[in-house]
Amino acid sequence: MSILFYISSAVAIAATIMVITRYHPIHALLYLVVSFLAIAMIFLSLGAPFVAVLEIILYAGAIVVLLIFVVMMLNLGKDTAMQEKLWLDPKTWIGPSILAVVLLAELVALLVKGTTNADIQVPVIEVKKISISLYREYIIAVELAGFLLMAGIVGAAHIGKHKQRYLHRFLQNSDGTINAEEMKTEKKEELINK
Amino acid sequence: MSSFNAQSVLLVAAILFVLGLIGVLTRKNIIFILISIEIMLNAAGLAFVAAGSKWGQPDGQIMFLFILAMAASEISVALALVMQAHHQHKTLDVAKLTELKDEIEHAEM
Repeated sequence: MSILFYISSAVAIAATIMVITRYHPIHALLYLVVSFLAIAMIFLSLGAPFVAVLEIILYAGAIVVLLIFVVMMLNLGKDTAMQEKLWLDPKTWIGPSILAVVLLAELVALLVKGTTNADIQVPVIEVKKISISLYREYIIAVELAGFLLMAGIVGAAHIGKHKQRYLHRFLQNSDGTINAEEMKTEKKEELINK
Repeated sequence: MSSFNAQSVLLVAAILFVLGLIGVLTRKNIIFILISIEIMLNAAGLAFVAAGSKWGQPDGQIMFLFILAMAASEISVALALVMQAHHQHKTLDVAKLTELKDEIEHAEM
């Protein structure tokens, strides 16, 4: 086990501690990206380069970007400008930067020394072996994962839609407006919410 | 065969998992809860990959791929729910999102 593993583990744990103690979601997400990069480094030191690449592309790329988009869409308030000012505060980005620089130093050390299997002492499980196993023994699970992703897409598209208030046809008048009784309960709900 | 210490990798995975669990249990903001769930899933995947490379088999990495697919679909549905909750309730505090609580129980108390 190389020293790189221990450095990356320390970075991952430090970044994760910072994630769960931040107040602002964007700061937490910055640390989360660093945590995922560090875990990708751990995967590399475990002899799993394919999974390390997927970790960076899918976790640090897709999932965190999705979270950032939602945070961005929800925060369109009057304090956006104030947050913009806070964003430029060095206190915000100095922590993730230091942790990321540690990872960069590891990468540079690997590149300068040249990656031999002496550094990564674990036998590498190559992509060919993974894909043969994935599409031979685990083909049912791959199809089930396809079902899951399909259900996820449909569910997200359906739930995320800003829909009109939909009533059953028995509760609607013939012209599609809402009954008076229904309106009353709706107003009551609004008052309760207030 | 492999010269690495699986114990330390599992220790790191356990620490990350517990950190995610602490995040789920302590935070009130629903976005932080989702982030913590991602951390926990990632720690579980790390344990799988460590076990897979301990035995020199690709199965651990395949399990990680399935965890990845599950995490991606989970986070997309959950973020759609977050956007609906913010749209309808104007808050992300899970203590205030109590619409599913039974009204009768409320009245008895």
